[in-house]
Amino acid sequence: METTSMIHLDNIVKRFYEHQENELEILHGISLDINEGEFVSIVGESGSGKTTLMNIIGILDRPTEGTYILDGISIADAKDKELSHIRNQKIGFVFQTYNLISRTTALKNVELPMLYAGVPQKERRERAEHFLEMVGMKDRMTHKPDELSGGQKQRVAIARALSNNPSIILADEPTGALDSETGRTIMDIFHKLNYEQGKTIVLITHSKELAEETGRIVTIQDGRIVSERVK
Amino acid sequence: MLFLFWENIILALNGLRSNIMRTLLTMLGIIIGIASVIAIMTVGDSINGTVTSSMESIGANNITVSVSRVESEDEEITSTGRNFGSFSRNASMSDDDYITDEMIAEFRSEYTDSIQGIFLSESVGSGTAEDGDLSSSVTITGVNSDYLENEELTIVAGRTFTDRDQEESRKVVFVADDLVDTMFGGQYFDAIGEVIDVFIKNRYYQYTIIGVYEYEESSSIAATSDSTELPTTVYLPLYAAREETRSTTGFSSFTVATATGVDSTEFCDTIEAFFNNNYYRNNEDFEISTSSMESMLSSLTEMVSTISMAIAVIAGISLLVGGIGVMNIMLVSITERTREIGTRKALGATNSSIRTQFIVESIVICIIGGIIGILLGIGIAAIATNVLGFAVQPSINGIILSVTFSVFIGVFFGYYPANKAAKLNPIEALRYE
Repeated sequence: METTSMIHLDNIVKRFYEHQENELEILHGISLDINEGEFVSIVGESGSGKTTLMNIIGILDRPTEGTYILDGISIADAKDKELSHIRNQKIGFVFQTYNLISRTTALKNVELPMLYAGVPQKERRERAEHFLEMVGMKDRMTHKPDELSGGQKQRVAIARALSNNPSIILADEPTGALDSETGRTIMDIFHKLNYEQGKTIVLITHSKELAEETGRIVTIQDGRIVSERVK
Repeated sequence: MLFLFWENIILALNGLRSNIMRTLLTMLGIIIGIASVIAIMTVGDSINGTVTSSMESIGANNITVSVSRVESEDEEITSTGRNFGSFSRNASMSDDDYITDEMIAEFRSEYTDSIQGIFLSESVGSGTAEDGDLSSSVTITGVNSDYLENEELTIVAGRTFTDRDQEESRKVVFVADDLVDTMFGGQYFDAIGEVIDVFIKNRYYQYTIIGVYEYEESSSIAATSDSTELPTTVYLPLYAAREETRSTTGFSSFTVATATGVDSTEFCDTIEAFFNNNYYRNNEDFEISTSSMESMLSSLTEMVSTISMAIAVIAGISLLVGGIGVMNIMLVSITERTREIGTRKALGATNSSIRTQFIVESIVICIIGGIIGILLGIGIAAIATNVLGFAVQPSINGIILSVTFSVFIGVFFGYYPANKAAKLNPIEALRYE
C-alpha cells in the first residue's frame, strides 16, 4: 500500500532468542496504519505484546520481520546512530514512571532532547519555557523532580516529549501511576494537544475507559490485532 | 559537539556535588598519587636548583685533594665514600703522612697543562683588629698566590703579595676596605704601610698593610647571617701564616683548579693515581683522595633522583589504585543510573554521546582530584623545603605532567564503564528497577 500515513506497520513479526531452543514469537504479523493528527489507543492485557509493539513503534527495538515506515523513513535498514536521530526528532516519549533526570531541574529536563539535537543554548531555553508554559509548569521550572508531585512530573515529561516538535507522541500508560483526578488533567492535556495542535498521539494502555476517549481503539491479544474500532 | 562537551562537564559537576563524600573518597587515590609526585618533584627541583647554583658559585672545576684514612676491607663503602672519605682524616696522622711542598711542586710540573692553579691556605684564626677604641672583627688566612688570584679581588689601594713576600714569609697583609673604613676612617692610601694589631686567642699579632681590596659579601654567607657582624678576611703570605701557627708538617689538603677543557672527574683519578703511586704506595694507613664539586654535585643529583624514583613508584601504585577506584565508582554510578541512560537513549542520545558523558565525568573526577593533589603536593613541598632551608620552586613540569596524567587516568579507567553504559539496551535500561 502506497502510504501517506505517519506510521505504517506492515506484517511486523518480533521473535526473541531467535534460532535458540527457547525461541519466542511475541508479535505474529501486525499491520497498522496511523495517520497524521490521529489519537489512537493500543489496548491489551499484560503479556499481549503491546509493550513490544510500543518499543517497535518507538524504535527502541527492531522488528524481526516486516516493514516499518515512520513519517516516510524506513526503519529496517537504518543504523543505530540514525535510529537515535529519528527517535530524537520524530518521537516524543511519555512514560508511566515519568523518567525525569532527578539531578537536574524541570527546565534542564525539557532541554535535554534539544541538547541531543544540537539546538543552541538560547533557543533551547526559550523553547523549553514555551512548552513548560503550555503544560502549566512554567512557575516551577527551576524545581528538581523530587520537589514535584506525580502529576507535575508527568506534565514536565509531556513538555519534554514536545520539545523537538516530534511527529508523534508515544505515551505508555501515562496516567498509570497517578490518581484518577490527576490522570484526568494529563488526559486533558493530550486531548488539547491533539485537538488544538493536531499532534499525532499513540496511547498505550490497559484501561478500556481511557481508550474510549480516543479516536480509534486498537486491541491486541496474543501478539495479534484482534479488533480495531474507529469512533 | 563542543557545547555538548561543556554541558557534560556541568552535568558531571552537578552529579559529583550531589555525592560529595563518595566523590572525595574516590578521588583520594588520585589526590595522594598526584600530591606525592608534585611534592617530590618540587622538593627535588628546589634542592637541585639551590645546591647547583651555590656549588657553581664556589667553582665546579675545583678539586679538593686530601689525605684520608685507607678504608679497611671489612668496612668497604660504596663509591660515594671516595667523596666523603676526607672527613675521616686527622685520625693520628704522623708527619710522614702529610702532603709536602715537594710533592705539590712535583705534581704541578707534571701536569702543568691541566692545572689552572693550586690553592694552599693556612688559617691563623679569627679575632679582632684593634687600635685604641676602634676594633673590627677579622679572620687571618695565609694563602699562596694562586689562591689569592682565584679570589678575583679588586685592588682599591696598594698591591698584592709579590713572590718575595711569599718566599721570605713577610708579615705583610692584604686587607678589606671595610676594615680600613673602621680603623682608618676610609683613607685607603694612608693605610698602606700602617701597622695593625690583631688580637687572636690571647695573642697579639702585628702586620704591615700593603694593600686594600674591595670587600664583597659572599651571597651564600650573607643569606644566613647578619652582615654587620661578618668578619673580613686579612690575607697573609702562606708561609708567614704557617710560621704563626708553627706548622712544621706538610698539608693535609689543598685545592686544584683544573684548566678549562679538563674533565675534573677524570682528573680526580689522575691526581689520586699520581700521589698514591709515587708517595703513598707504602703507607698502610693513609692515602690521597679527591673530591670535585662536579662529582659531589652528580652524587647529590643521583641521590635525589633515586629518592624521586622510589616515590614515583609509590605514586604510580597510588595512581593505579586511584584509577581502579574511579573505574569502580563509575561502574556503580552507571548501574545506579541505568534508567537515566535508558531515558537519554529514548530521547535521542547516541551511544557515543552516552560514552562521552561518562568519560567526561570520569575525567572531571580525575582532574579535580589532580588539582587538589597538586595544591596539596605544593603545600607539602613548601613545608619540606622550608624545613630543609631551600627556596621553593614549584615544578611546572610536574604540574603539566600531573594534569595530563589525570586526564589520561580519567580516559583510561573511564572508558570501560562508559562504553558499558553506551552499549546498554534502551528497553532493558528503561525497565531497570
